Amino acid sequence: MVMGDLVTEVDVAVVGGGPGGYSAAFRCAELGLETVVVDAGKRLGGACLYEGCIPSKALLHVAAVMHEVERAKEFGLDYGDPRLSLDPLRKWKSERVVGKLARGLAAVAKSKGVEVIGGRAVFEDSRSLRVEGDEPQKVRFKHAVIATGSLPSPLPGVAIRSDRVMDSTAALELPDVPENLLVIGGGYIGLEMGTVYAALGSRVTLVEMTDGLLPGVDRDLVQPLARRVEKLFAAVHLNTRVTGLREAGAGLEAQLEGVGAQRFDRVLVAVGRQAQSAGLGLENTRVKAGERGFIQVDERCRTGDPHIYAVGDVTGEPMLAHRAMRQGKVTGEIIAGRPSAFDNVAMPAVVFTDPEVAWCGLMEAEAQRAGRAVKLAKFQWAASGRAATLGRSDGLTKLVADAETGRILGVGIVGPGAGELIAEGALAVETAALVEDVAVTIHAHPTLSESLMEAAESLLH
Amino acid sequence: MSRQFLLPDLGEGLTEAEIRAVLVHEGDVIKEDAPLLEVETDKAQVEIPSPMSGRVEKIHVQPGQRVKVGAVLVTFADADGGGPSRAAAPAAARAAAPTPAPATSAPRAEGGPVAATPATRRLARELGVDLATVRGSGPGGRVTDDDVRGAAGKRPAAAPARPAQRAAEPAGPAKPLVQVGLEPPPLPRFEQWGPVERQPLSHLRRTIAERMALSAALIPHVTHFDKADITELNALILRNVEEAKHRGITLTLTSFLLKAAALALKDHPQFNASLDPAAGEMIVKGYYHLGIAVATDRGLIVPVIRDVDQKPVMELAKELASLAERVRAGKATLDDLRGGSFTITNIGALGGTGAIPIINYPEVAILGVARGREKAVVRAGQIVPRMMLPLTLTFDHRIADGADGARFAAGIIRRLEAPERLLWEW
Repeated sequence: MVMGDLVTEVDVAVVGGGPGGYSAAFRCAELGLETVVVDAGKRLGGACLYEGCIPSKALLHVAAVMHEVERAKEFGLDYGDPRLSLDPLRKWKSERVVGKLARGLAAVAKSKGVEVIGGRAVFEDSRSLRVEGDEPQKVRFKHAVIATGSLPSPLPGVAIRSDRVMDSTAALELPDVPENLLVIGGGYIGLEMGTVYAALGSRVTLVEMTDGLLPGVDRDLVQPLARRVEKLFAAVHLNTRVTGLREAGAGLEAQLEGVGAQRFDRVLVAVGRQAQSAGLGLENTRVKAGERGFIQVDERCRTGDPHIYAVGDVTGEPMLAHRAMRQGKVTGEIIAGRPSAFDNVAMPAVVFTDPEVAWCGLMEAEAQRAGRAVKLAKFQWAASGRAATLGRSDGLTKLVADAETGRILGVGIVGPGAGELIAEGALAVETAALVEDVAVTIHAHPTLSESLMEAAESLLH
Repeated sequence: MSRQFLLPDLGEGLTEAEIRAVLVHEGDVIKEDAPLLEVETDKAQVEIPSPMSGRVEKIHVQPGQRVKVGAVLVTFADADGGGPSRAAAPAAARAAAPTPAPATSAPRAEGGPVAATPATRRLARELGVDLATVRGSGPGGRVTDDDVRGAAGKRPAAAPARPAQRAAEPAGPAKPLVQVGLEPPPLPRFEQWGPVERQPLSHLRRTIAERMALSAALIPHVTHFDKADITELNALILRNVEEAKHRGITLTLTSFLLKAAALALKDHPQFNASLDPAAGEMIVKGYYHLGIAVATDRGLIVPVIRDVDQKPVMELAKELASLAERVRAGKATLDDLRGGSFTITNIGALGGTGAIPIINYPEVAILGVARGREKAVVRAGQIVPRMMLPLTLTFDHRIADGADGARFAAGIIRRLEAPERLLWEW
């Protein structure tokens, strides 16, 4: 077939099948718009399902089970030393976890009448795009949604092509368990993957360029995690750059600034993610990609082109699947003519380490920078009955409230289950709840959620 | 300096419009007259140009949203002095003027997002309310649904006392008509006499209902009846209709009516006016823009022909035909529909011997025309057949008396009865 023979006419063409893309497509279809998704892999789920959120959480669950079993020795339960088989683990991850969810998404798409076209989309103008690849065709659309996501960034200044240098996608494939692993980057990806490999038996060395782990995150929340990571990892080097990386025998030699040359079996580069907007043919549209390829959008996810919207990682930070999903739904509603807006106040962020770190809304340092009068509450989990029964008293729940009105502006939590607990914080911030609202809401006892109530109570007089 | 651009008066009694497209983005630097928004009323879809040059600081509306006249559409930063005033039409100039923030507004002491639940924020978007200008009455200053409705000028919908059994279901959410002075008494329970069905009013129907009630309640109407002998005019039209058609002109009685009325208005300016009761003044217009009532399948629409006094009849005929076609196709622009100073309604095509129309507020007079028919008329002692056209001039008794109306009507009739002059007079 000659490319361009086939022309598909639709109301909405979504480019990219990740969380932002499928959320937009599903919402469009629900609102009666004829919608197709163009995805390079001809599948829905994107980086989140195939090489991000989901597989990493599956592996982190394994790490958590191993940690629990190890800790059980404290109270007299000993299963002996663990024996891990990588093949069943990989199979479980890719078939029972990722595969199951992928089949679910495909079924939803079918039920909503959303067609998924395989191939790479290139915009020809503001109303049409061509699909290159196995299913070449032209798609004419009334509206398009760019949801092409992001890619792991390479290590700046270090050019090396080696299978032993992995990005997060490669690391999640679990090629082996290296004896010595260097993790470059102390952000959430480096910490989560470092945790997985450390649990599986690697000696993990982590280097971070800035003076602390999880740069930008509230220090009170990072501290318990930093203490745990120092025990779990062989070494953590802060204020350290990697100035050189070369193959040495069967491994790699890394130059760590101020530390010296060290030998590793594998290196994980986790220094951030970059927009995937190159090659989309944006120059044929009025879409403007700004610094580092990010597409600028307004609160209705509109780009510089009246017919084209963009959602998710390709629109910049914070690069979170749940942000993309909300943007996708908003975009579907906007296209269908509804008065919707991506005006969310609370954007929860979760680091799925052990302990988990989660926060949303305005945190202490930002409030200080903004010169905003706030009152703070910190509830140490040492006083929590539930934390004691779990043998985990290292958690902390922190509230930031407006000094005058008592409105809850931000919530931060560190401890096991923080990622689940933050939902209440997000609800409080999003609905402009007052500390009194949370303090008088009955929280089940004994649960970790009581820590939010306790923190709120401490701000009542 | 930042300035707000409000939805301008759309004319024709329209009080709201739907935003179809926003053609600029926040942060854009645009020039005066650059396309800003597309809005649609039930009558027309129009592009609203920017009233000034400057940077678009905030867009307060989005496609699909219904906004009221006076609602903030766009805030400009670094606005360029408002632009040369000559460029702006009266309505546009009014809209471009910087407006003080609404009375409910108060600069919010704290920064950050407005304290309101997502559901309330959605309501604000639906009602076109900028939350940042609303003072919250809820706990901790939270903006409640009622605060938003208050800012939108709506009262919270009171639960209507409705009999529980077998009442007809409301056709949709309650949207009370704007009331004029009187509180209508409660309706009886029609269900007790037989089955009934509730049907929602279309947007245009609502507008007509509200405007007619307003005019009828506000203006003391008085009507003068007369007849014009259009035998000669009819013959003139018949003589020329083929030739006109040849030149692409549909020659009709209405174009002569327009011309005759405009010329008579020049002699009787109080009928080309509006009353300002608050100021105790009459606003006499120095222009003669005449509205023509056009029946469409959606309802009555009154497009306006400008400067009727200055245009030859043939041109009026041409303009009228294309205007009526645009209106019936729903393609009239806002400028086609606003700025009228006097209205003519010709029900002749549908028959009838006369009708008393309601004045198109805020105008003060309207000419109603029924079907011209051959009648037995006495001329110089002889009974002769003449083509007689029944006319009704309805006017606002506050600005003129019966004798004035009679003289004005006579001025129209005199011109219709000397049609050759109409062809030359402009």
